[in-house]
Amino acid sequence: MTHFHAPLTPASPGAAARAIRCPGALANIATLARRECRDAVRSRWFLLYTLAFAALGLGVSFVSAVAAGGAGLSGFGRTSAGLINLILLVVPLMALSAGAGTIASDRERGMLAYVLAQPVSRFELLMGKYLGLAGALLASICLGIGACALILAIKGEATPARSILWLAGLSFLLALSMLSVGVLLSVLARRASLAVGTAIFAWLLLVFVTDLGLMAGAVALRLRIEELFFVSLANPVQVFKMWALHASDATLDVLGPAGLYAIEEHGPRLHAYFALSLGAWTIIPLAAAAAVFARRSPV
Amino acid sequence: MIRIDHVSKRFGRFHAVRDVTLHVPEGDSVALWGGNGAGKSTLIRCVLGLLRCRGRVTVSDRDVRRHGKRARRLIGYVPQELGFYDDLRAGEALTLFGRLKGLAPRDTRGAMERVGIGGHERKRVRELSGGMKQRLALAIAMLGEPPVLVLDEVTASLDACGRAELVALLTSLRGAGRTMLFASHRVEEVAALARRVVVLREGAIVSETPAHEFTDPGASHAALHLIIPATIRPEAMRVLEGSGFRPQLNGVGLVVPVSSDRKAAPFRVLTEAGLRVDDFDIIADTTPPAARQEVAP
Repeated sequence: MTHFHAPLTPASPGAAARAIRCPGALANIATLARRECRDAVRSRWFLLYTLAFAALGLGVSFVSAVAAGGAGLSGFGRTSAGLINLILLVVPLMALSAGAGTIASDRERGMLAYVLAQPVSRFELLMGKYLGLAGALLASICLGIGACALILAIKGEATPARSILWLAGLSFLLALSMLSVGVLLSVLARRASLAVGTAIFAWLLLVFVTDLGLMAGAVALRLRIEELFFVSLANPVQVFKMWALHASDATLDVLGPAGLYAIEEHGPRLHAYFALSLGAWTIIPLAAAAAVFARRSPV
Repeated sequence: MIRIDHVSKRFGRFHAVRDVTLHVPEGDSVALWGGNGAGKSTLIRCVLGLLRCRGRVTVSDRDVRRHGKRARRLIGYVPQELGFYDDLRAGEALTLFGRLKGLAPRDTRGAMERVGIGGHERKRVRELSGGMKQRLALAIAMLGEPPVLVLDEVTASLDACGRAELVALLTSLRGAGRTMLFASHRVEEVAALARRVVVLREGAIVSETPAHEFTDPGASHAALHLIIPATIRPEAMRVLEGSGFRPQLNGVGLVVPVSSDRKAAPFRVLTEAGLRVDDFDIIADTTPPAARQEVAP
């Protein structure tokens, strides 16, 4: 990182003003991201979620390993199915609440206005916060999934590194998309409590309500299989589930007719569909947050 | 150095700043004076580019809206109260904000000694007193030697002792050639720091005077800022109004305009009514001459 230091003497402020240079956008984003990541890692929510994630993951791994009785790859397949269900509950909640608290709570504390009174642009601040929280979430996911892999290894289960990396990577993509939604809620809300409350509502909506709504809608509206599949792509949590299952087993038949349809009709293109969906859920809310944040008062 | 041209800011129907035009040349020191809601802080936020407002603000010819980052690099800002990452150590805070100004950590050394809080680098921000937090904010503001200092009622949350120390520190830091724009409603601050005083009322400039005239102790009008417990404030308002004064609610007390030879009268009225005054300040009366109809008993 390049630092521009212009030592000045109070006697020549005019000349000094001409000599002073600003740090670049990347330098500012890196500084703010480091700060945000450190702040998040030290916070109670991070500790709580990581411990809960790791403890539940260990429980799932232990039970799966015992039930499998050292059945090799099928043992990890069973574990990863349990972990997928755990991840799609915990990771969105963790990312949504982390994102929702970030801007709104700084605004409440007066910190937002103070930081923006420095030579920092709003985009730099938003990106710094986003990347910092993303780093903290990545650490949490790695700790949680890493602990599970460790238990499986200790129990003598075969733990294919590729499957573990896929699961961790997809969990991180899910976290990034949910973090974007959380940051958008944080930018829109006036108070931190409102932002976090809305984030929890969004979590309920994405994790539970849309799943039930999809089933009800499929029956009530007599959706065709292909329509059901493409509607499922609109929900990032569903996309994570399908992608994780597809990546681990190369079959989506556990999801029923829609899964079979997806494999038969779109098999080679499924990774691209899933990546596009999670990419859109990451970029669109984040871009919307940046656009709103550029116009909103930080006070 | 700072040029404010026809700046207006509205919050819904409320006009916080109305068509303010002000030029603060290099090396000048201007106090923005006025009661609560006069528009001082809003104007300062417009200067910092924190609020979108009508009109134009430039700092050393850099437009704060179009080149906000470059304009703010020239400004050291101290807010009324430091809303800070509480778990951060003071030294870490200096490093963080130094980096945002393009300074390496080694360039921030000595900043805390300069404002009289050397040796407290390892303390967390939440462990610092109000006065020390303001000194830390000042140390951060001075990082990189910005040619402009912008201060927003920096002593408002401090006790009398803390106020005097910070004002003395600011006087020493003002230095030759540094441009200063600050909001205040304390006459001792204005007397120590300002060369010019711009009086704001309801968001508009109502007068602009040299500081020595504004703070002249022989002036015929003044105002008392009486610190009165919240529970008896309404009763104190009624008693003073009943005696011909025109008190106004202001923060933690009342502001009572008085003629300069009757400054003790409000105390007498309140004491006779059995109402307690915890503390007081004598401040300059910002009421325009035409509106001064205070009738002291």
